[in-house]
Amino acid sequence: MNQATAARADSPMIEIAGLNKWYGDFHVLRDIDLTVARGERIVICGPSGSGKSTLIRCINHLEEHQEGRIVVNGMTMTRDVKRIEQIRRNVGMVFQHFNLFPHLSVLDNCCISQTWVQKKPRAEAERTAREILERVQIADQALKYPGQLSGGQQQRVAIARALCMQPEVMLFDEPTSALDPEMIKEVLDVMVELARDGMTMLCVTHEMGFAKTVADRVIFMDQGQIIEQAPPETFFNHPESERTQLFLSQILGH
Amino acid sequence: MLRSSSRERGPLWRDPTFRALLVQGILLLALGAFIAMVVSNTMANLEARGISTGFGFLQDRAGFSIPQTLIDYSGDSTYARTFVVGLLNTLLVSAMGIVAATLIGFAVGIARLSPNWLLARLATAYVEIFRNIPLLVQILFWYFAVLQALPSPQNSHSLFEVIFLNVRGLVLPDPQPLAGFAATPWALLVAVIATWWLARHAKQRQAKTGRPLPVFKLGALLLIGLPSVVFVVTGMPLEWSLPAFKGFNFQGGVTVLPELIALWLALSIYTASFIAEIVRSGIQSVPQGQVEAAQALSLPGGIILRKVVIPQAMRVIVPQLTSQHLNLIKNSSLATAIGYPDLVAVFSGTALNVTGQAIEIVAMTMAVYLLINLIVSALMNLYNARTLLKER
Amino acid sequence: MVDTTTVTEMVAERRPPDLRRGLLGWLQANLFNTLLNGAVTLVTVALLAMVLWPVLQWAVFQADWLGNSREACSGEGACWVFISARFESIVYGFYPGAERWRVDLVFAALAILIAWLAIPRLPAKRWVGLFAMVAFPVIAFFLLVGGVFGLEQVPTGNWGGVMLTLTIATVGIVGSLPIGIVLALGRRSQMPLVRGFCVVFIEFWRGVPLITVLFMASVMLPLFVPSQVEFDKLLRALVGIMFFWSAYMAEVVRGGLQAIPSGQEEAAKAMGMGYWQRMGLIVLPQALKLVIPGIVNTFIALFKDTSLVLIIGLFDLLAIIRSGLTDSDWLGFATEGYVFAALVFWVFCFSMSRYSQHIERRLHTGHRN
Repeated sequence: MNQATAARADSPMIEIAGLNKWYGDFHVLRDIDLTVARGERIVICGPSGSGKSTLIRCINHLEEHQEGRIVVNGMTMTRDVKRIEQIRRNVGMVFQHFNLFPHLSVLDNCCISQTWVQKKPRAEAERTAREILERVQIADQALKYPGQLSGGQQQRVAIARALCMQPEVMLFDEPTSALDPEMIKEVLDVMVELARDGMTMLCVTHEMGFAKTVADRVIFMDQGQIIEQAPPETFFNHPESERTQLFLSQILGH
Repeated sequence: MLRSSSRERGPLWRDPTFRALLVQGILLLALGAFIAMVVSNTMANLEARGISTGFGFLQDRAGFSIPQTLIDYSGDSTYARTFVVGLLNTLLVSAMGIVAATLIGFAVGIARLSPNWLLARLATAYVEIFRNIPLLVQILFWYFAVLQALPSPQNSHSLFEVIFLNVRGLVLPDPQPLAGFAATPWALLVAVIATWWLARHAKQRQAKTGRPLPVFKLGALLLIGLPSVVFVVTGMPLEWSLPAFKGFNFQGGVTVLPELIALWLALSIYTASFIAEIVRSGIQSVPQGQVEAAQALSLPGGIILRKVVIPQAMRVIVPQLTSQHLNLIKNSSLATAIGYPDLVAVFSGTALNVTGQAIEIVAMTMAVYLLINLIVSALMNLYNARTLLKER
Repeated sequence: MVDTTTVTEMVAERRPPDLRRGLLGWLQANLFNTLLNGAVTLVTVALLAMVLWPVLQWAVFQADWLGNSREACSGEGACWVFISARFESIVYGFYPGAERWRVDLVFAALAILIAWLAIPRLPAKRWVGLFAMVAFPVIAFFLLVGGVFGLEQVPTGNWGGVMLTLTIATVGIVGSLPIGIVLALGRRSQMPLVRGFCVVFIEFWRGVPLITVLFMASVMLPLFVPSQVEFDKLLRALVGIMFFWSAYMAEVVRGGLQAIPSGQEEAAKAMGMGYWQRMGLIVLPQALKLVIPGIVNTFIALFKDTSLVLIIGLFDLLAIIRSGLTDSDWLGFATEGYVFAALVFWVFCFSMSRYSQHIERRLHTGHRN
């Protein structure tokens, strides 16, 4: 793995070219081109229905695209099941509604991919899981079940679960929008910490504070296409497109 | 003396505690009066008809024969034995029905979710047809329209001249164990224990080294292979009594009553249509997000099914499935409509008509079903408590 | 590191590059998208053709429909003459011919009432419902039984066929729902004796097969009453059916009661309502509306199980057909007879289940808004 990573070190983490996707006859993603460098942190925002979640869900093939090319960590996405599984091994994902497995303990949630994908011995898997749970500051809850935790705690477990497979890139699909306000910070803190450690991240979020602190680039999407992308200072202070200005005034307006 | 800690009371008849007591008192009185009336009426009626009460009749000679008995039984046996024979027949058809209904139900339920449009529609049609036709109609249909229309024994349908189907039932070869056959069932037992040990060992090995064992394949090999090898090594000590048509009927072999076949078919097909719905909704109750999360962890399809979907679906399926199994056991009492000798037919039917001991016999019959219900409910509560999702 | 890029021109919406359009496309996507699916499709089509074609041949193309005796049948396909020749008795049983207008009237009224209650747009549901549950049974009883207002008395022994099936079903439904509601309320009562009684009552009926209940009703009930009292056979069966299904109804209603938040009852208490006011005006209307699908499903089960009265010697639809099969002029038409019975029951049950699914969908959308 390490050798392979080293060999590809200069290649971009994710390359998307000419991506088009339809739901039935509805054109959700239109001519998307996007290159994500290693270690880059990108925040994607835009009105609901703009296709931002669909875009990142295409990256680990939770959605199938009809046109265009997606290359993740040097591997081109095909419809081959084995290839898709290989790509997913490098891509961690965090969902809006956590999607933890309710019948497994926090520890088992974190061990399941290590056991069945990486085929690690139980002791080693548990050690890794506990280390990562420590990082998201929830190690003391390891033996509890997801239903016994608060929303913020569940989302941190979900981040830990994704980190346990040692991914090269993390996708966040509106990780804080299902949370009560007082729990948003604990999740964002973990994400900021992760960004500091150099993880490549793509976050769909409306947390503009987070975007200003950690993002290298902010992408604004509308009607299935990328309208504007810029470093956060430029994006927030001098947005060029009218749509971006309107969107920003709506979410920062009050 | 006025104590400040006691509450002031309104009039007694408006006090909630008093009212509750009053209502319950009235209920108790009414119930008591009702029971007393029923008992005295019944006593008077029984006396007028010259019927003695009590369970003494169970020791009397029954004097009628039963076409299918799993234990030794003749006209000289007692009513107590009639009861046991009927109960065993009920349990036999119920067990056969439960196995078949569960298998068909799971197959149809999964087929309803198939991406193949035609197969899914066919499964839906199965469910909509069979669950909307009364079970009794289906039983009568299979018995009178299908099985009674079969040819007479001399013109039987046959499969390879060893299995015969005619109006008197299904005639199958009867296995006759010879000396040394006992080794084969023992081998099967050993194989079962070995498979159980293998599963445990595989789990430990995976925990220690991370490498899983193909338990399913190895287990299947063991369960089929070991008894087969022992059977062959001991010289295949099993003789088949093949049915052969002689005179007016078949000699040798074992005959399955057409009543049993009809009842079994109808119970399985009918109950399966309900089980299919339970299985479908159970699988659909697992949110799509669970599968997506598992996919995002790059778990392979088989593992997603085994470790994520099935455990969560089963929580929803098992309690409803059990209640369908209970329904099947209760519905097996429709046997009496075609004369399959189940508990209700031989005991609440024949024995009741002969002895006239209505109260004892109906009570004993109902008690059997209540007891089965009680046992299964207790087991179900245990299961529910064990699989309860822990929540705040 | 990153330059600002801005798009000013929007990409035009395009049609998907769909390879799967039209009939062929649909076939490819739904039936032949993988090798396995293609094989499954072919096997299913073959099986369907093998089963459906002979069945259609028998039931429709080669069948004989009209006539008075079995000679009217060619014997190649189904002999529906068996049904059409005795259609009257299948519908009315042994009800005297001159009095059949009374049966027609009752069931026409019943159909109108049901339609009124089932069609959402019609007004005054509550009053029509009350009429259907209280006044209608009384009127129907006197019309069917007679003996008053110059109507000739028709003993229940002469009732039969579809008419008896519908009577048992209607009485079962009208009787078991109110008893079930009372039992459900009792099971949630604070009074231990009332609660205990209801729990035992409900679990007893739910634990035994309906057959044993009917046996009990036919052999034990006559023992329970003074010997002078003549207890009608049909009435005995109806009592058994009503108690049996009231237990199932109680469990359905209890599910609805549990779904109503306790705040509703507290609010009613705060407004100074008594127990029956709280239940009748606030809790029950909401709870019952919630469990309409469950109630309809119980109706379906009840309707199917009316056929069991055959075993205690009443002549419902199924029993009339079965007795016709033993008629020496009409031996050998078991298939036609039972297929017809199945079809009649199926039409009733399927339409009820469709209605319940429709209500369920409507309730779901109602809750989302």
